[in-house]
Amino acid sequence: MTTSPVLEANGLGRRFGERWALRDCTISLPAGHVVGLVGPNGAGKSTLLRIAAGLLDPSAGSLRVLGGRPSDPEVLPRLGFVAQDKPLYGRFTVADTLRMGGWLNPGWDGGRARAHLDNLDIPLRQRCGSLSGGQRAQVALALALGKQPELLLLDEPVANLDPLARLQFFQVMLEAAADTGMTVVVSSHLLADLERCCDYLVLLSAARVQLCGLTEDLLGAHRVLTGPPGRAGAIAAAHSVVSARLTERQAVLLVRQRGPIIDPAWTVRPVALEELVLAYMNEPAAGTTPALALAAAPGRS
Amino acid sequence: MFEFQLDPTSGVATYLQLVHQVRQALRLGVLRPGDQLPTAREVVAKLAINPNTVLKAYRDLEREQLVSARPGQGTFILRTLDGPDPGTSARFARELGSWMAAARAAGLGGEDIEAIYRATVRDTFAEGVA
Repeated sequence: MTTSPVLEANGLGRRFGERWALRDCTISLPAGHVVGLVGPNGAGKSTLLRIAAGLLDPSAGSLRVLGGRPSDPEVLPRLGFVAQDKPLYGRFTVADTLRMGGWLNPGWDGGRARAHLDNLDIPLRQRCGSLSGGQRAQVALALALGKQPELLLLDEPVANLDPLARLQFFQVMLEAAADTGMTVVVSSHLLADLERCCDYLVLLSAARVQLCGLTEDLLGAHRVLTGPPGRAGAIAAAHSVVSARLTERQAVLLVRQRGPIIDPAWTVRPVALEELVLAYMNEPAAGTTPALALAAAPGRS
Repeated sequence: MFEFQLDPTSGVATYLQLVHQVRQALRLGVLRPGDQLPTAREVVAKLAINPNTVLKAYRDLEREQLVSARPGQGTFILRTLDGPDPGTSARFARELGSWMAAARAAGLGGEDIEAIYRATVRDTFAEGVA
């Protein structure tokens, strides 16, 4: 496994006409993680993934994956991508689809793809057009995994799937990640799923990067404080307040801690991932520095 | 083979839940020295959790010298964990019982008592500054 970042974007942007779908995106993703890509609709998640998959050229800045440009002949065979609509040829059978995967990809491992579809009782003779949503997602995943990618990009892979199909999709994906050590970047709105699957998080909103780091570090760096509103100013002076709910009697602050919180007037509790993401999504201006130097953040327990 | 479970409502970090389950199984004698823990891949495939989460839990257990990882073979239990001696537990349970009876007699309700209990546990076992 390489120690250089598996995906590195520098001032990356993409414009469609007048509108920027992604802007000033600077992130660096280390190898060997399952990275959750979250953000509201239209935040640029699909754009980022499509640029990383070599399907879209940037309008500004640069992006490198696996040490090269996504479209490099050296890089492309090591990249797996499953698009949001999971495009499969409807008239091909599942077996045809896997055979096609074998023809098109040099490092193809067909036995494995077949075995995992077999495990899920997906008939190889069935036409892709008549598969259920969950089966379709599994075939698309099998196709991407058969390529034995070092980096797997998944754009909303479980949207519209029932809970069981979602669980099965993640089981197969994570088992493959455990097996091969590949890096996965997965976009989703389902924060509970991402909390289980991902150990790294990128939050895009309004076309910019708001948060990027190890989930554990992000959670460790933030706290929810409850206390007297009169002392909220002192907290805001010493820490970064991400969100604040103030009433006459009580203040509830979500802060990025810059040091210990000593004032006993505040009740301090850890933050849950969903709470953290929602707080940042609600405050699109919070945290939009290009790359947050989380490793140096104090106050981790 | 030992099976892990997740409690998504507990609010406890996933890797800590795994660590606690092994410790608990050792206290109860469900796991004994020489037993093998499921591989990271098996845990991941069953629970759909991040592989690094399992590895982190196993590293923690290794650091406590409760398990040892044998390359290419798996992770094995090294020793048991003794819970508190039953007599000691019973003594403290009795003392807590009489304390609670006194608190109730003084007009405190279940929630008041729980608040005191939680705050005291937190202060006594505080991890660093928070």
